[in-house]
Amino acid sequence: MIQAILVFNNHGKPRLVRFYQHFPEEIQQQIVRETFHLVLKRDDNICNFLEGGSLIGGSDYKLIYRHYATLYFVFCVDSSESELGILDLIQVFVETLDKCFENVCELDLIFHMDKVHYILQEVVMGGMVLETNMNEIVAQIEAQNRLEKSEVRQVL
Amino acid sequence: MLAGSRPGVGKAATSRRLAPLCSPSPGKSKEAEIKRINKELANIRSKFKGDKALDGYSKKKYVCKLLFIFLLGHDIDFGHMEAVNLLSSNRYTEKQIGYLFISVLVNSNSELIRLINNAIKNDLASRNPTFMGLALHCIANVGSREMAEAFAGEVPKILVAGDTMDSVKQSAALCLLRLYRTSPDLVPMGDWTSRVVHLLNDQHLGVVTAATSLITTLAQKNPEEFKTSVSLAVSRLSRIVTSASTDLQDYTYYFVPAPWLSVKLLRLLQCYPPPEDPAVRGRLTECLETILNKAQEPPKSKKVQHSNAKNAVLFEAISLIIHHDSEPNLLVRACNQLGQFLQHRETNLRYLALESMCTLASSEFSHEAVKTHIDTVINALKTERDVSVRQRAVDLLYAMCDRSNAQQIVAEMLSYLETADYSIREEIVLKVAILAEKYAVDYAWYVDTILNLIRIAGDYVSEEVWYRVIQIVINRDDVQGYAAKTVFEALQAPACHENLVKVGGYILGEFGNLIAGDPRSSPLVQFNLLHSKFHLCSVPTRALLLSTYIKFVNLFPEVKPTIQDVLRGDSQLRNADVELQQRAVEYLRLSTVASTDILATVLEEMPPFPERESSILAKLKKKKGPSTVTDLEDTKRERSVDVNGGPEPAPASASAAVGPSPAVPACCDGLGNNLLLFCSLMFVCKNNGVLFENQLLQIGLKSEFRQNLGRMFIFYGNKTSTQFLNFTPTPVPRCGLDSLTRTHLNLQTKPVDPTVDGGAQVQQVVNIECVSDFTEAPVLNIQFRYGGTFQNVSVQLPITLNKFFQPTEMSSQDFFQRWKQLSNPQQEVQNIFKAKHPMDTEITKAKIIGFGSALLEEVDPNPANFVGAGIIHTKTSQTGCLLRLEPNLQAQMYRLTLRTSKETVSQRLCELLSQQF
Repeated sequence: MIQAILVFNNHGKPRLVRFYQHFPEEIQQQIVRETFHLVLKRDDNICNFLEGGSLIGGSDYKLIYRHYATLYFVFCVDSSESELGILDLIQVFVETLDKCFENVCELDLIFHMDKVHYILQEVVMGGMVLETNMNEIVAQIEAQNRLEKSEVRQVL
Repeated sequence: MLAGSRPGVGKAATSRRLAPLCSPSPGKSKEAEIKRINKELANIRSKFKGDKALDGYSKKKYVCKLLFIFLLGHDIDFGHMEAVNLLSSNRYTEKQIGYLFISVLVNSNSELIRLINNAIKNDLASRNPTFMGLALHCIANVGSREMAEAFAGEVPKILVAGDTMDSVKQSAALCLLRLYRTSPDLVPMGDWTSRVVHLLNDQHLGVVTAATSLITTLAQKNPEEFKTSVSLAVSRLSRIVTSASTDLQDYTYYFVPAPWLSVKLLRLLQCYPPPEDPAVRGRLTECLETILNKAQEPPKSKKVQHSNAKNAVLFEAISLIIHHDSEPNLLVRACNQLGQFLQHRETNLRYLALESMCTLASSEFSHEAVKTHIDTVINALKTERDVSVRQRAVDLLYAMCDRSNAQQIVAEMLSYLETADYSIREEIVLKVAILAEKYAVDYAWYVDTILNLIRIAGDYVSEEVWYRVIQIVINRDDVQGYAAKTVFEALQAPACHENLVKVGGYILGEFGNLIAGDPRSSPLVQFNLLHSKFHLCSVPTRALLLSTYIKFVNLFPEVKPTIQDVLRGDSQLRNADVELQQRAVEYLRLSTVASTDILATVLEEMPPFPERESSILAKLKKKKGPSTVTDLEDTKRERSVDVNGGPEPAPASASAAVGPSPAVPACCDGLGNNLLLFCSLMFVCKNNGVLFENQLLQIGLKSEFRQNLGRMFIFYGNKTSTQFLNFTPTPVPRCGLDSLTRTHLNLQTKPVDPTVDGGAQVQQVVNIECVSDFTEAPVLNIQFRYGGTFQNVSVQLPITLNKFFQPTEMSSQDFFQRWKQLSNPQQEVQNIFKAKHPMDTEITKAKIIGFGSALLEEVDPNPANFVGAGIIHTKTSQTGCLLRLEPNLQAQMYRLTLRTSKETVSQRLCELLSQQF
C-alpha cells in the first residue's frame, strides 16, 4: 500500500502532499521535512529506494523517489508494493501531468493544485494503484474538463 | 516536462487565483509568508462569515486557497462546513472541490462525518457514474470506521452489479479494499466474494488490476474462500506473458505487456502454496520460465522505463519462486539471474538483487548457489557509493554466512566497519558479534573478533555485546587463559576504549591468575595496568574496576597492601559518588576483617551463566523486527539453545554484592541471571487458572500430572481486535546455576500458528518430564508483533517440584517409624514463619492435599497439627517425603518440618509449602 505521496521542490517547499493514512497536521509537516532531508543528501545517480524515515513506520516502509529538475516525487510504500513498479508509476504520473498541462512545470502544481489532485486521484486511490494506462487517465481528465467547461458555459 | 528548469513565469499570468500566496522565490522570509497567509485567512474567513451569500465559483476559489495554505503547513480550522455544503451542489466542479477538501483535511473522527456520509449516500444512489466515482474516492481516502459502518454493505453490491461501469467498478474494488483494511469485521463475506474472483476474467485490465489488489488482501485473511483465484490468476498471467507486445494496446507500457497487472497477479499467487492441480502448476512454471527467458532477450527499447517494467515483473516472479521454494531448477535460475544483476550498471537493480538474494539464501536448494557470489557481494560492500546498497550487501553477507565462510565474512565486515556509515555501524557490530559467536569453531578467534570490534567501533558496541563475550569466556574454561592474555595485551595500548577496560577488568578479575606466572604480567603489573586507566573512566566502569581489585585481593595476596592503599585513598573513600564510595568502604573493610577462607568464598570465581539465547540476537531483532533474523532464530532453535531471557536485569549494588549472597560480587552488574517478576505462587496448590494477563494478552492454564510426567495446556487469548504476528511462545526449562549439562526438566511442545487473530485463542500443549529434582521453574517466553511494535513477555510456568508428588497413606506407627529413620540433620528442613493468611483448618487441609501429599488424619498426637506423606517421582529417583505442620494460633505462626531422604528435595518442598500459609 502507498502510505503517502509527497512532492516538494529542491528547497523542501511542499507542492503536493497526499496521505492515505491519517496523521495529525504537524506530523504531516514533519514527515515532509524529514523526507526532504533524507533525499536531499543523495546524489542523483544512486538508487531510488531508501529505508523509510522514523515518522512513517520505520524500516517496514520504503521511500521510492524520482528527482525531476526542480521537483522531488516521493512515494512512501510498504513491502506489498513492487519497487520498480512504483518507480514506473511515478513516471506515469509525471507523464500524465505533462500531457494535461502541456509541458508541466513547478508553477502548474502551485496554480492548478486542484487539477493536480484530480489527476493523482485517477492514478492512486486510497493508497492503491487505480489506473496505469495513461490514455485512460488522460481521457478521464478530459471528460472532467468538458464537464467543467459546459458548467461554466451554463453560468455565463 | 520537468526535465529542464525553465522559468515558468509566463504561465502565472494566466491564472492569478493563488498569486498573492505564492512565493516562487525561496528567499522571502518566513515571517513575511506567515503575515501574508494570516491576512489571506482573515479575508477568506470574513467572506465565509459575511452576509452576502457566496456563489459556487467563489466558494470553490476560497476552498482551493485553503487547501494551498494547508499544504504550506498552516492549520486550517474553518471552511469544513462550506466544503460539506459544496458536496450537495449539483454542479460537478463544486462537488469535486468539496470532496477534495474533505479527503485532504477531514480526519476520520470529525463530527461532520454524518453530514458527509449523507452526501455520499446520495451520490452513490444517483446512478451518475461521475458522482459515484467521487463518492467512492472519498470513502477510500478517508476510510474511517463510521464510513465502513455506513457503506460496507453497499459497496460490494456496486462492485458486482452487472450494469456498473468499468471505471466505477475499479473504484468500488479499491474502496472496498480500504474499508476491509480499516474495519475487516464490518465487511460481510457473502455471495459477492465468488463474483469478485471472476473479475479476474474481466475484459477491462484496469478492473482486473483493482480486483487483484482486493483479492490479494482478502485472500491473506481468508485463504480458503478465495482459493479458486489461483487457477484464474495463473491463466490470466499466462495470457499476458505470452501475448505479443501489441495485443494489450494501451496496457502495454514501453513494450512490456501489462506490467502492473503481472506484478499484482504474481503477488496474489504468493498468498498460496504451489498449485496442486498439475495442469495449473505446469502452466505457472511455464509462465515463470518465460519471464526468466525474456530477461535474457535483448531489450526492445533503450529507455529505462522499458527495463524497469520488465524487471519489476521479473523480480516479482523470482519472489514467487522463492516463496514456493519447491522447484530447484527455477531457484537456481533465479539465483543466476540475480547474480547477473549484482554486477548491473543500474544501481536500483543491484539493490533489488541484493535484497532478493537475501531471501534466497535461506532456501536449502539455493543456499550454495548464493554463496558462489560472495566475492561480488564483498566487492559491493567496498565499492558501492550508495549507503542503501551497502546496507543490503551487509544483510546478504549475514544471510549467506555459514561455517564454511564465517571467518572470511566476519573479517570483511570488520574491515568495512572502519569506514562504515555511522548510521549502520551499530547494526554491523551486532551482526559481527552474532556471527562470530554462532560459527566460532575456535573460541580464541571469537575473543579476538570481539576485541577487534571494540577497538574499531567501541562506541557502537552495546552492553549486550560485551556482556556476551564475558558470559562465553566464563562458561568455557578452554578459552579463559587466552582471553586473559589477549585482554592484557590489548590494554597495553595507550588509548583504549572504555568498553575494553570493562571487559579487561572483568576478565582479569576472574582469570588474571592464569597469566600471573609470567613476570611480564605479574599481579602487580596487571593491577598497575588497570589502575592506569581508572581515572579516565566513567563511574560505572570505575565501580567495576573496584570489584576487580577486591577480586585481586583474593587471587593475589601479595598485592593486597597496594590495593588497600588505593581503596583507602581519599579519592575512593570520600568519593562524591555514593556507589563508588560504598564499594571502596565495603571492599576495604572486607579485605581487612575477612579470613582467607571467607574471602575465597565471597570472591569465588563466577559460576557459569545459564545458556540462553544470545542477548545480542534479541537486540538485533528489536532493531530490525523479527522477520529479518528468522533464519538465524530457527537454526538457534534446532541447536536447542534456550530462547531469550526475561526483562533486563537491574544492576546489583555493591552492598547487595557483599551481603548475604557472597558468590556474586558486584561486578556481575547486568550479566547476572534474570529473576522473573511473576512468581506464580498461587499455582503451587492448584493446576488450572489464569497465569498472566495484560492489556493485550491473556494466558490460561490447565495441567495434569502423573508420577514423573505431566501435560500442560496453555491457552493464549488475544484481547485486542488486531492480529498478533510472528507469535512465538517458547517454554524453556531453566537450569540452576549448578549445571549446564544436566537437565532437570524436559519440555516438549510444537510451535503454534504464528498469527493470532484479534479476539481469538490458540492452544499449546506442553509435555513435561521431570528428570531429577529441581528448584527453578521453567520460563515461558512469548514474542510477537502487535501493531508495529515487538512485544516480549516472560512468565514463570508453574511447574514446581511438588507437582510430581504421589500421596501415600500410612498408619501412625509407620509414620513415626519412618520419621525417626530420617533423623539425619541434612534430611530435615524446618521453617518457622508468620501466617500470611487467616489460620483456617479446612483451608489448610485443602492446601496440603492440593500440594500433592496425602493428609494423614489421627496420626499426630496433637489434633491441631497436620501431617502428610508422599513420594516425589522423578525419572532418576523416587524420594519419600514426610511433612508436619504445627500451627500456633496465639502467635499466628507456623512451624513446618520436612523430612525426606534427599536434602535438596526437603529444602525445595519446604520453601514451596511455607509460602502458602
